[in-house]
Amino acid sequence: MSSDSIHQFLIPLSEASLRKGPNDKIVMSSRVRLARNVRGLAFPGWAKKNERVKALETIQPAVESLPQMKKSYAASMDQLSALDKQILMERHLISREHAAKNAGSGIVVNKEESVCVMINEEDHLRMQALRPGFQIKEAWEDIDRLDSTLETKLEYAFSPKLGYLTACPTNLGTGIRVSAMLHLPGLVLADQINQIIQAVSKLGLAVRGLHGEGTSADGNVFQVSNQMTLGQSEPEIVERLTKVLFQIIEHEENARTKLMEDKPKVVLNQIGRAYGAMSNAHSISSKETMNLLSLMHLGVDLQLFPNLQRPLVDELFIMTQPGHLQSTVTEKLGTEERDVLRADILRERLSKVERPITPPTPPSTGEKVD
Amino acid sequence: MLCNICKQNEATVHLTQIVGDKMQKVDLCEACSKEKGVSDPSTFSLADLLLGLGSAQELEQAGGGAEIKCPQCGFTQADFKKNGRFGCAECYHAFAEGLDSMLKSMHKGVVHKGKVPKAIAQTRDVAEKLKKMQKDLDKAIAEEDFERAALLRDEIKETKKRLEQLETV
Repeated sequence: MSSDSIHQFLIPLSEASLRKGPNDKIVMSSRVRLARNVRGLAFPGWAKKNERVKALETIQPAVESLPQMKKSYAASMDQLSALDKQILMERHLISREHAAKNAGSGIVVNKEESVCVMINEEDHLRMQALRPGFQIKEAWEDIDRLDSTLETKLEYAFSPKLGYLTACPTNLGTGIRVSAMLHLPGLVLADQINQIIQAVSKLGLAVRGLHGEGTSADGNVFQVSNQMTLGQSEPEIVERLTKVLFQIIEHEENARTKLMEDKPKVVLNQIGRAYGAMSNAHSISSKETMNLLSLMHLGVDLQLFPNLQRPLVDELFIMTQPGHLQSTVTEKLGTEERDVLRADILRERLSKVERPITPPTPPSTGEKVD
Repeated sequence: MLCNICKQNEATVHLTQIVGDKMQKVDLCEACSKEKGVSDPSTFSLADLLLGLGSAQELEQAGGGAEIKCPQCGFTQADFKKNGRFGCAECYHAFAEGLDSMLKSMHKGVVHKGKVPKAIAQTRDVAEKLKKMQKDLDKAIAEEDFERAALLRDEIKETKKRLEQLETV
């Protein structure tokens, strides 16, 4: 498929936001990524430009010929505009690092946006399976299948002792990164998030922000993933993360219950103000929007909104990010113009959303509303 | 004390982490600590930074100061120190010394326990089968069971052929 059609190719957000998965109140999505390299070729970071271009010419057709990629979109990174790359990143199909790549790097993504292969990122191949909700085991099975087919078409750099050889020794062995994107407003509001992050880090797992390494946790969204890749099998790594994720889910649920018992006014105040601000704003930043949408999302989970459903909140979460916003208009927008357009869209889309209800309050506990 | 990263400015940020039974220390200047995100705890992964620096130091010690170069791609230790990444798959051989202790600080173990490409798994299985048959043959000869030895000898010949075929694919 030709590269000028990325906008037509991507699933409309209104449709994408309808995707459902187990435990998706808290686990927004699951992802498993495998790092692979082709035998005999220098790693992308060290290869010269012509070597990278040549590698891409070998790898891309092999990936496109996979049965999982029957209906797919493939492009070299220099064929994509900065805006296209930004949009792919906002949809979590490519990494921030890959968005910065040009000629000699490429991408192949399937129609469902459930499998995406980055070519010549840090490794020759970074292939990932994505699923809505808590489905890390299923995502591993998806990508395992794809990998097993691809290994018959490309010869991987593999050592019986060290496993799959990767550019960075931190990915050596299985080359796997299993991660889940979690929405944890309860733990943030209850001020317990740092304890959780510390506990999870001690288990050798990583907690990161919305867009991975080095990004902030806007919108109360956190990515939890394995860090160690050598010395354990893939199912062991998946199993370990699954256990930890179940615990985090439980902590988040408990935090929400306890907040509504102990400090209902604090929670209702925040959600009500989020609704008020977004329904009436005339200029609003991307960061503030994410944080307020997170509170709306919490309000939906707590059944406070009579006629607001999750899909609209999810749609707005992606739609109001800079790239997606820019793609709705033809002229190039500055930050301030974007903030105005974002507010216009939010007011319009939330105009029919009724304000959150006030559930009957238990006897006053003398709580202080801040 | 100078900053570990830029080696120019005075270090004002000092970090310590215990990895396994070893203590690793990092001293950074104001600018480098900002660049590495140390000033913002929510985005800072101590492990990444420490592993990156620690591993480079370990490789250097292992090399005994002499500059090792990958024969395949020309990548050097200095390059690894700078990037924290290798140049090609062959680098894992070239820089094998000191690799284990670096991997120990990063991973659960130093030996791969996961998936193996099917072609390699097959070759490995056949090679193991061959080894076992060789042993059986020795035993059969020692026991003067020549009928069995003759049978095994033929089987070994077949398996060797198969292994050769697998390895050339």
